[in-house]
Amino acid sequence: MTRADLHTLTGAYAVHALSGRELEEFERHLAVCEACALEVRELRETAGRLAVATSLTPSPLMKDEVMRRIATVRQEPPRVASHDGRDDRRDDRRTQVGRGRESRGAGRPRRRGGRKALGFALAACLAGAAALGGAAVWQYRQASDARNTADRAERRVAEVDELARVLAAPDARTRTGKLKDGATGAVVVSRGLDRAVFLSSGLPEAPSGRVYQLWFSDGGTMRPAGLLHTSGGGSAALLRGPVGTSSAMGLTVEPAGGSKAPTTDPIALMTFPSG
Amino acid sequence: MREPVYIGGPAARGPALEELLHMVARGDQNAFAALYDAVCGPVLGLTRSLLRDPAQAEEVTQEVLVEVWRSAARFEPGRGSAMGWIMTLAHRRAVDRVRSAQAASDREARAALLARTPAFDEVTEQVEARLEREQVRRCMRTLTELQRQSVTLAYYRGRTYREVAELLSLPLGTVKTRLRDGLIRLRDCMGVGA
Repeated sequence: MTRADLHTLTGAYAVHALSGRELEEFERHLAVCEACALEVRELRETAGRLAVATSLTPSPLMKDEVMRRIATVRQEPPRVASHDGRDDRRDDRRTQVGRGRESRGAGRPRRRGGRKALGFALAACLAGAAALGGAAVWQYRQASDARNTADRAERRVAEVDELARVLAAPDARTRTGKLKDGATGAVVVSRGLDRAVFLSSGLPEAPSGRVYQLWFSDGGTMRPAGLLHTSGGGSAALLRGPVGTSSAMGLTVEPAGGSKAPTTDPIALMTFPSG
Repeated sequence: MREPVYIGGPAARGPALEELLHMVARGDQNAFAALYDAVCGPVLGLTRSLLRDPAQAEEVTQEVLVEVWRSAARFEPGRGSAMGWIMTLAHRRAVDRVRSAQAASDREARAALLARTPAFDEVTEQVEARLEREQVRRCMRTLTELQRQSVTLAYYRGRTYREVAELLSLPLGTVKTRLRDGLIRLRDCMGVGA
C-alpha cells in the first residue's frame, strides 16, 4: 500500500473499522506520520460527538454496581517516559486511546499465572463441596479466557477467590434443590464468613434483555443479592452482601440491570441449611 | 424508561469533565460518581447502538466505566476532550465485543447475532431518530448519501470498512475515502479541533 493510500485510512482507523494486517500496517505508519496522528485525533473527537447524540438513560441500579466495582479496582499509574526517552506506547500516546489489549502492557502475564493457581484451588474446593464443581470451573475458565474483557475476568477472580473461601469454610453447609425444567441448584452458606454462594446446573440462559437476579429473604422481604450470569448451563455466584439474619434465598428473572424488588415469581426459593 | 437524555451543549461539558477525570486519576470516588452521571448516558447509547442487545450493552457500559476509573491517569488533556477519550474507549470495547461474537465458532451465537442485525434501512432510521442533538443531525444532513451510509455503518454499527464495502456493493477505495471525507466534513461542520 502506498503512503497516500495509507493516509486515507485515517477515517477507517478513527472509527475502529480496520482489522488484521491493514490495522498493523496503518499503526506503523501512524507512528511516523504526525499529520495522520493529528487527523485521527480530530476524527475520533468528531466521532465522540456522534456518540453523545445517541444518549440513553441508564438504570439507576447500574450506578450502584459500577461504584461497587471500582472500589475493588486498582488504578493504573500515569504514563511516564522510560530511560531511553521512549514512551511505552507511542501510537497510543499519539491517538490518546489505542488498543486495549496491547496497552495493558507487561504486567498481565504474571497475574494470569495467579489466576491459574486460583483455578486449581477452586477446583479442589468445589470437588469437596458440591457435585456441581464442573460448572464453576468451567465458568472460571471462560472468564479467564476472555482476554479482551480483562477487567471482567479480574473482577471474577476476586469473586471466585471469595467464593472459594465460602465453599472451603469449615462451617460451610450445603442445601441442594430442584429448579424449574430439570435444573438443579445448591446453596452453600458459611455463617462464620456471613456469606452465601449459589451454584446451579442446567439453568437455561436468561431470555434476551432479561437477567437472573439473586435475593436474600429477610423474613419474607427480598433483599437484592446481585445478578447470576449463566453460560453453558452452569453457574456459580457469590451472593452480594452479608447473609445476616436471612433464612432463605430466591432467584428471579428480571429486566436487564436487575430490579430493586422482585418483579416476577421466583424460579427458586431455597431455605438456608441450619448451622 | 429509556428516555433520550439531553446533556447540554459543548459549553456544559467544557473543562468540568477534564477536571473530574483528573480528580478520578487521584482516586476520588465522588468525582467518579459525578463523571459517571455525565458520561453514562452517551456510553450506554453508543454501546446499545453497536450491540443492540440491552443486556450486553449494559455489561459493556459497566466495563467501559470501570476502565475509565482504572486508566484515568492515562488521559492527556492536550490530546482531545475527556468526552472524546471516553467515547473512543467505549466504541473500541463495543466493537471488540461485536467482532468477538462474530468470530465465535459457535453457530448458534452467529445465527443469533445475524437475527438481531436489522436491515440497513432500519438501522439508519433508528440512528437518525436518536440523533438528539440538533448539531449532529444538521451536520449529518450535509453529507452525501454515500458518506452518511459509510459513517453510519462503520461508527454506529461497528462494521469494518471492508464489510461496509460489501454491504453497499462499492469498491474498497470508494468506501475508504467516503468514510474519511464524511468524518472530515462532520469535523468541519461541528468545528472540532484536537
